[in-house]
Amino acid sequence: MTTRMVGAPVARSEDPRLLRGEGRFLDDLGHDAYQVAILRSPHAHARILDIDVTDALEVDGLIAIHTFEDLPPRLQQPMPLLIPHPALTAGRTQYVLADGEVNHVGEAILMVVATDRYAAEDAVERITVDYEVLPAVVGPENALAAAQFVHEEIPDNVAAHLQQTIGDAPRAIAAAPHTLEFRLDIERSASTPMETRGTYARWDADDRRLRLYTSTQAPTSVRAAVASFLELPLAQVECIAPDIGGGFGVKIMHPWPEEILVPWVARELGHDIKFVEDRREHFISSNHERAQVQWITVGFDDAGRVLGLDVRFIHDHGAYIPYGLIVPIITSTQLIGPYKLENYRVTFDSVYTNTVPVTPYRGAGRPQGCFAMERTIDRIARHLGLDRTQVRGVNFLQPEELPYDFGLTFQDGRPYCYDSGDFPASLAMLKTLIDWDGFEQRRAAAAAQGRIIGIGMAAYVEGTGVGPYEGGHVLVEPGGKVQVATGLSTQGQGHQTAFAQIVADQLGVAFEDVEVVTGDTRRFQYAVGTFASRAAVMSGNAIHLAAVKVREKALKLASDALEVDVEDLELAEGRVRVVGSPDTSIDLKVLATLSNPLRYAFDDSARIATQFATPADPDAPPVGDDEAPGLEATDYYSPVRSTFANGMHAVEVEIDPETSDIRILDYAVVHDCGNLLNPTIVKGQVLGGVAQGVGGALYERMAYDDHGQLQNASFMDFLIPYATEVPAVRIDHLETPSPLNPLGIKGAGEAGVIPTSAAIAAAIEDATGIVIDAMPISPSQLHERRLARPVTAGEGTP
Amino acid sequence: MCRAVGSGTTAESASDTGDDGVKPPPFAYHAPRTEEEALATLGALGEDGKVLAGGQSLIPLLNMRLAAPPALVDLARLETLDRIAVTDTHVRVEARVTHERLRRDERVAAAVPLLRQALDWVAHPVIRNRGTSVGSIAHADPAAELPAVLALLGGWMQLRSVEGERTVEAGDYLLGPLESDTRPGELVVAATFPRPGVRTGTAFEELARRHGDYAMAGVGVRVTLDADHHVGDASAAFIGVGGTAIQVELTEVLRGQPYDALDKAEAIGLARASIDPTADIHATAGYRRHLAGVLLGRALETAVRHAAGQAPPDSGSAPEGPGPTESAAPGSAAPGSAATESAPTGHASGGYREETA
Amino acid sequence: MSTTDHAATATTSPGGTPSGTDVEVVVTVNGVPRSATVPARRLLSDFLRHDLRLTGTHVGCEHGVCGACTVLLDGAPVRSCLAFAVSIHGREITTIEGLAADDGTLHPVQQAFQDEHGLQCGYCTPGFVMSACGFLADEPAPDDQTIREGMSGNLCRCTGYAGILAAVKQAAGALRTTGADPRAKHDPAAGGQR
Repeated sequence: MTTRMVGAPVARSEDPRLLRGEGRFLDDLGHDAYQVAILRSPHAHARILDIDVTDALEVDGLIAIHTFEDLPPRLQQPMPLLIPHPALTAGRTQYVLADGEVNHVGEAILMVVATDRYAAEDAVERITVDYEVLPAVVGPENALAAAQFVHEEIPDNVAAHLQQTIGDAPRAIAAAPHTLEFRLDIERSASTPMETRGTYARWDADDRRLRLYTSTQAPTSVRAAVASFLELPLAQVECIAPDIGGGFGVKIMHPWPEEILVPWVARELGHDIKFVEDRREHFISSNHERAQVQWITVGFDDAGRVLGLDVRFIHDHGAYIPYGLIVPIITSTQLIGPYKLENYRVTFDSVYTNTVPVTPYRGAGRPQGCFAMERTIDRIARHLGLDRTQVRGVNFLQPEELPYDFGLTFQDGRPYCYDSGDFPASLAMLKTLIDWDGFEQRRAAAAAQGRIIGIGMAAYVEGTGVGPYEGGHVLVEPGGKVQVATGLSTQGQGHQTAFAQIVADQLGVAFEDVEVVTGDTRRFQYAVGTFASRAAVMSGNAIHLAAVKVREKALKLASDALEVDVEDLELAEGRVRVVGSPDTSIDLKVLATLSNPLRYAFDDSARIATQFATPADPDAPPVGDDEAPGLEATDYYSPVRSTFANGMHAVEVEIDPETSDIRILDYAVVHDCGNLLNPTIVKGQVLGGVAQGVGGALYERMAYDDHGQLQNASFMDFLIPYATEVPAVRIDHLETPSPLNPLGIKGAGEAGVIPTSAAIAAAIEDATGIVIDAMPISPSQLHERRLARPVTAGEGTP
Repeated sequence: MCRAVGSGTTAESASDTGDDGVKPPPFAYHAPRTEEEALATLGALGEDGKVLAGGQSLIPLLNMRLAAPPALVDLARLETLDRIAVTDTHVRVEARVTHERLRRDERVAAAVPLLRQALDWVAHPVIRNRGTSVGSIAHADPAAELPAVLALLGGWMQLRSVEGERTVEAGDYLLGPLESDTRPGELVVAATFPRPGVRTGTAFEELARRHGDYAMAGVGVRVTLDADHHVGDASAAFIGVGGTAIQVELTEVLRGQPYDALDKAEAIGLARASIDPTADIHATAGYRRHLAGVLLGRALETAVRHAAGQAPPDSGSAPEGPGPTESAAPGSAAPGSAATESAPTGHASGGYREETA
Repeated sequence: MSTTDHAATATTSPGGTPSGTDVEVVVTVNGVPRSATVPARRLLSDFLRHDLRLTGTHVGCEHGVCGACTVLLDGAPVRSCLAFAVSIHGREITTIEGLAADDGTLHPVQQAFQDEHGLQCGYCTPGFVMSACGFLADEPAPDDQTIREGMSGNLCRCTGYAGILAAVKQAAGALRTTGADPRAKHDPAAGGQR
């Protein structure tokens, strides 16, 4: 057999091209395209009274200016609400260009097209817009207080109110020996991929055909949206996600206004058009996430066992709610983590504010939920004077209780049911990895030197591989290469490599001979997208299933050609051969030729194939009823429900006694995502997630002022960690295969980011004795908290 | 907080996030080849002319269209103004010298250790490779390190125009946030840093949110010990806690203290009372005030050890040099016979060879 | 002497080039003389990417923070978004396209990035590789902390930096073995690299 590729740390086939500077990112395309610049609202809430473009008309290189009034009727309709929900009773979405009112700083008002971006910006600068400034609603509590409205017709600023329950939490809490009640705050952050958004459209007037390149996580959906807005047959629109410079959730949102405007204006002007968002625009016009305020009441027994948990939170979804309730529903459910909660009630209000809309950012509501649950467990431990890992232990769902259906509804509308995992084993691994039990000695040694250190941990469960489906196409070419396609796109996850590993194993071909294309609707038309840690699970399994079909087809063809039973054949080294007598074999590329009854002898393998051609049955058609020409297959993977990965992080921090500076001394991760397709890639995903988590815990926040101005709309003041701010991380893997899919895998893309804030908060709390109830936290904030001492442990009502 | 645009521009960019760009607005471009040509150009342009040296502060402002000078006078093609002169009294740095070249110069590090001590904190190497030290002082960012160094050492700037040359001492040159005494038509040709005297130690401390960002607070310290290794005089210059570098004389509160048992409390108290921090999204004013004091304490400890390390008590064996206040009068700092100079050469190799005059 | 004479260049007497007037810029990029006539305000990053069509250099912020646009200017790493093309007239630039051997063999720094999984989406990667090449020219035998500080100044949103730091360490070892200048185009014959 060829060496098994799945599970091996195969070097990525994407890399050489990217390393040589041969990547094809969005702005690497279309050098001759006209460029777009968007005039965006400087106000958080305003009516547009007048737009004067007179001065801009003299700008050299100006091609066109479009406002809302210039758009055709279809483009004057609101953007789609992608994911409706019965509880979403007051959903509002934006227009591609503002229709008389703007609801956040950065909302698109008009579009300038010019010969280059310099000229386009010159024109934007010369356009005058008169506004009637309206009061801005900023902050979740202000939104709920509803002294001002974001949308006049929604006087409570509430888009949705939703409650889910297990058992009877209020009654269980009332009967519990101990209760605690507290509030938690998580600030806004955002994906901020290194490549901003961008869209490039080519209109072919001869074919009346549109080709759209866009930096998206969902090219098939963008295609459908564009076809709808431009009133084109789907067949006349092709959408390609080229190399994508990171997504982290923000590029799953679609369509963006520019994804509609750019192809429309390309068709209008008959010229290639490109929009590339700049970094400042990215901060004020691309979506954010995270912001929640949570109120928690918990009842528990003397062992720290949670008897009832009641959570209420406000979810700030910004000015519009195009992505529905996905984020708060994930928070509501995933908050539970690895614990057996029999009495749980969660209630949220999703509220409008005059800020950038909120849609998923890596973790998608889970970091907030994890923060709520893990801070709760830590408070219980502190209240009872118990070790924090011990309290987790008594609350864990045990391995033998899995699969476990909580009776809640998950983001996909399916039962919230954990498929597999071993939480006690993970915790034991984590404690060993960080030497949890030896920490008090380390603390004492540090204290003797005047140093302050602390340790904390957090656990999470992550629903991954969300449906409904993905598909895969596998084709063995007569030349010998294996072409693989799947519809979802890639933003750095190494799909080319991982999917090629799967196919190489199934077909017994060299990894180098498998070529994978993702995110190109010319190659695969049906797809959902790359989000929710689903690509490996969904497309990986779909491609696996398609490869299995190709394998079966190859075996059958070979069986006919070699006149050997299928059971006696195997695939290896690019051939189908007889088990035990490998000299009797046939090349896969010959089989590829054989699979097509039209067999012009273009090359050697075709000539060889003709030698195998068996006399056709004169009474049967050359291609049978259940057959198709070509050694290829398409298949889809559609799971009944999500598969749940899990993990635990522990972190040791040091606090400078004088400056309150926070330094991470050690960071340990135990991660269980089932079988590993490629350990190197999984490790990379976890490490990258932790770095984003560290950013979210200590550095990154969207600082809006009371007027809805984002005060740090640049990389100067939105502090993404550099290498100097990210700790070295040690990882251990537990592999409990998922029973839900053939590969036994679970998603890994978001895991790293989920528990980081909770773990770091716990460590800071442990070091300082100050209850950490809001994240992120800066040295300045910690200093102010330390000044406000004394803080007593065990707050709440015993 | 990062240093590209400057710590003082956060508020402006915040209030104006709506429709700025990332491509610079048009400007008339001048690339003089000689200093005379540069001065003539600047003189003709007057208020309209803006000097472009390393551009690490100016170009971000242009890209974001937070600045739109009608004309830029680029120093890139000058063949002069790129020398570092180290004399027995001072280090003189000309307008085109980059931070990184100055930082790496061993003669500079030996003559005025505070320069390297401060330059180690300036941004990241890639920014220092292009940004100029003189340009940084002229830009007068209140969180920049070099203005504090100039102030602390009692240095001065040389400015030339078609009307002639003038020399301005640090205290008069640094006027406020992003405001220096550079007049229309003037070219800042050099900054001069006097050498500290014997038994003088220096140190620079700061704390930033991220490595290389503008500091939430920072301080440079200069301490001279007497022959018995007691503090003779001491001074500190703070950054990021006021409209410009704030110098605080500490001699009164530290004089006579033994270097290895400093009581810093009074100095820290005085410093905290002398600075004027403001709050922003990264730190409260109170935290900055507190932090400035902590950093002062640390810098003082480093500086006195630095001073003591130069000569053991009563030894007097260290080479005598003029104290910081005894240097040649401002304006007479042209390279003299005792000076060694360097100019960048061998660009193609990427390294810097020294030339000794 | 860092500038050379070219007849048709931007340089002028006090008249200067009026706003918006194009100027000819002549530079050596990856060892090849290149020229283009561009407005004075053209950023070096745009000049490389759009005028010379060397799109390997990326832009991530255009205000000097992220480092994606880092190139070597006369051998030293600089931000190409914080320089005007006209300012570097007559000088030498090395971009990511100038590192691999002619046959495509990766430069030791590039190879190390693949070996150590130092990239995911690949967008920040050219900037990191160029920064690393400049860094290793100055620090041929860096310790871990020196590498961490040397690579600080470039943002990566995917990797968490661990693979990048490991790659720089690996590359340092490989380059010490061959003695090759990290900023030079890879020569497999001379270097003995794979």
